[in-house]
Amino acid sequence: MLSRDADSLFWLSRYVERAENTARILDVAYRMASMPISYNGVETNEWESALITAGGIDQFRAVHGEATPENVIEFLAFSEANPSSIQCCFDTARQNARSVRSALTSEMWEAINSAWLDLRRYKARSINVEDLPRFLNLVKEASLRYDGSAMRTMLRNDAYWFSRLGLYIERADNTARVLDVKYHVLLPQDAAVGGGIDYYQWAAILRSVSALVSYQWVYHQNLRPWLVADLLILREEMPRSLAACYAALSRHLDDISHRYGTSGSAQRQARATHARLANQNIEDIFQHGLHEFLQEFLAENNRLGHAITNQYLC
Amino acid sequence: MSGHDGRSRDAYRILQDWLKSAPPQLLEHRREEAELFFRRVGITFAVYGNTEAEERLIPFDIIPRILSGQEWTRLARGLEQRVKALNMFLKDIYGAREILRAGIVPPELVYLNPYYRPQMHGLSLNSDIYVQVAGIDIVRVDDQDFYVLEDNLRTPSGVSYMLENREVMMRLFPELVGMQRIRPIENYVDELLGTLKSVAPASSPWDPTVVLLTPGSLNSAYYEHSFLADRMGVELVEGRDLFVRDEMVYMRTTEGPKRVDVIYSRIDDDFLDPLVFRPDSALGVPGLIAAYRAGNVAIANAPGTGVADDKAMYSYVPDIVRFYMGEEPILKNVPTWRCREQDSLSYVLDNLHELVVKEVNGSGGYGMLVGPHATAEAREHFKGRILASPDNYIAQPTLALSTSPIFTEKGLAPRHVDLRPFVLTGRDGVRLVPGGLTRVALTEGSLVVNSSQGGGTKDTWVLSE
Repeated sequence: MLSRDADSLFWLSRYVERAENTARILDVAYRMASMPISYNGVETNEWESALITAGGIDQFRAVHGEATPENVIEFLAFSEANPSSIQCCFDTARQNARSVRSALTSEMWEAINSAWLDLRRYKARSINVEDLPRFLNLVKEASLRYDGSAMRTMLRNDAYWFSRLGLYIERADNTARVLDVKYHVLLPQDAAVGGGIDYYQWAAILRSVSALVSYQWVYHQNLRPWLVADLLILREEMPRSLAACYAALSRHLDDISHRYGTSGSAQRQARATHARLANQNIEDIFQHGLHEFLQEFLAENNRLGHAITNQYLC
Repeated sequence: MSGHDGRSRDAYRILQDWLKSAPPQLLEHRREEAELFFRRVGITFAVYGNTEAEERLIPFDIIPRILSGQEWTRLARGLEQRVKALNMFLKDIYGAREILRAGIVPPELVYLNPYYRPQMHGLSLNSDIYVQVAGIDIVRVDDQDFYVLEDNLRTPSGVSYMLENREVMMRLFPELVGMQRIRPIENYVDELLGTLKSVAPASSPWDPTVVLLTPGSLNSAYYEHSFLADRMGVELVEGRDLFVRDEMVYMRTTEGPKRVDVIYSRIDDDFLDPLVFRPDSALGVPGLIAAYRAGNVAIANAPGTGVADDKAMYSYVPDIVRFYMGEEPILKNVPTWRCREQDSLSYVLDNLHELVVKEVNGSGGYGMLVGPHATAEAREHFKGRILASPDNYIAQPTLALSTSPIFTEKGLAPRHVDLRPFVLTGRDGVRLVPGGLTRVALTEGSLVVNSSQGGGTKDTWVLSE
């Protein structure tokens, strides 16, 4: 297929995934912020934490001062100053979708186009905190619809695989960043752990990736920080874990290389990372330092994105 | 809906009966559904210079326009004759120039024409076809006569609307569509692909690689470009996706360079190749024309076809048909005064109040004066423009155009329509699907049907005989 089309598909899926992730991050901030102060205990600003997780704190500070609910929502949902705002993600996604329409199925195009139209309507009347849950649902549903349409309607060929690659690179990046922002509450140190605040923070992390119930099914235990980390890093059955993302990345890269009859550095990198995740245990990761591990992973993930681009997309 | 003799044309009788029995809410409801369909599928066009409505829906009218089989047969014969003659004219202009030597067409109209491409001169095309896709704008003034308003020979658009309009009608009015013997048009895309493949260079493989070249997603006809590429199953490329090496054209793919044999170009000539045409253009492909001249790629429509479709040349088309075909033209031309000729100029200036004056190279309904509808002041102003460069203008009488009913808030009402059938010409002959794009002026009394001027479209039914 045309390199430019593959590139558009790759980024289209990344932007839809990013919009969903941002919606999830906002959702958690909303929940945490609306918790009774007695649970919250110490002074934390969940809205600011949302900005850090979404990777937009520096840009935010350049435009706003204090992180109030209103201006964080505005910044993460609609702001044009933030290229990763939900609105900007869908603008870019639709632009990519338009340029690659012939490679999309009509269901996928309609999912993108109608989400984009809905968002414009929301933006026009600007939402307040009470509207937020409904708005976030709309974003998550748009992403589900796009993803579901792709799964159900696309031919299993390179167009499909490149769009999956974009999705998993973005998802791996997001899961790693969610963990990294909260790594201090995951550090299993004896001191100061086990209070109400930690518990709700762990639950929030799981909730942000829709894994609260899954945790119970996998571990049958109360929330424990290292198990939360284990679930989101190493468990392949958890669809947003780093291991699951890399299983998919290396599988789809292999699909492409079988189709094309050649393989390259993208395949080698994905396989190596996948193998490392499969052979590690969570104790070693904590020994090494969770923050250090996540930082290294983010850099590696970024390198894989570049390798895919160099090999196929330009 | 009625002929000039006041009796209902047979072709409309079934529709009329059906409309009478259909409850008014049903029609209104279906009209809303149609709009939703167009919006959701994203069938839009961009309006230049109008940021408020960057992407606008072309209004769709649910009442079809109907042509009888007989009417179509005559029209089709006329279209085929006309497009054949225009193709022969282009081959001649860029070759032996017999028509100039015979004194039929003034040479300066060719050589000074902004769409004349000296680079095409002496080039022998593998297929001898210059215009693979023509969109001929037709109006009817009475039961007998079709008039050609304009020959669109460069990058005629609108065929996606022809196909989508039918699609919508079949979805919304299955019962009505089923009652009539409407000839199908869905095979257009296959015919287009067949036409394009038929003009591939001799050196191409058995199954040549065809691509559709678009200026990009900001172009007003981008929806159509992606629609056609998708339906034909060919790549929709931009200039940056193509490159030329050793006078061969390749596209950049995820599997490396792939050879391209036929380019269906929806880019204006000026932007095709910065080495030959506009050097500042980033849309095109450097070296493309060299590859074309070397016979390694076919471009449809050929560069330089615009010389045959400007409004000054238009008035010579009946003579062009006689010269090459040795037959009387089946389709009439609207009488045209060329302001470049002194007698005509004085006539035009004296009769502005009953004429339509057009720029020779204008399109999209821009830069024209509709005399009877213009204020005296506007006419006076336009007079100045004509006098400043008379060569740049032609004038035509306002015709008593036939109308077709549209669905309005107050029920059915007549509006002026035109029709753009699409004529495909390949090495293996002319292909024509029965129908075309019917455009309709939505404002009462208006004669302007262009989508950029707020016109709408409707489905066109050609009934089998």
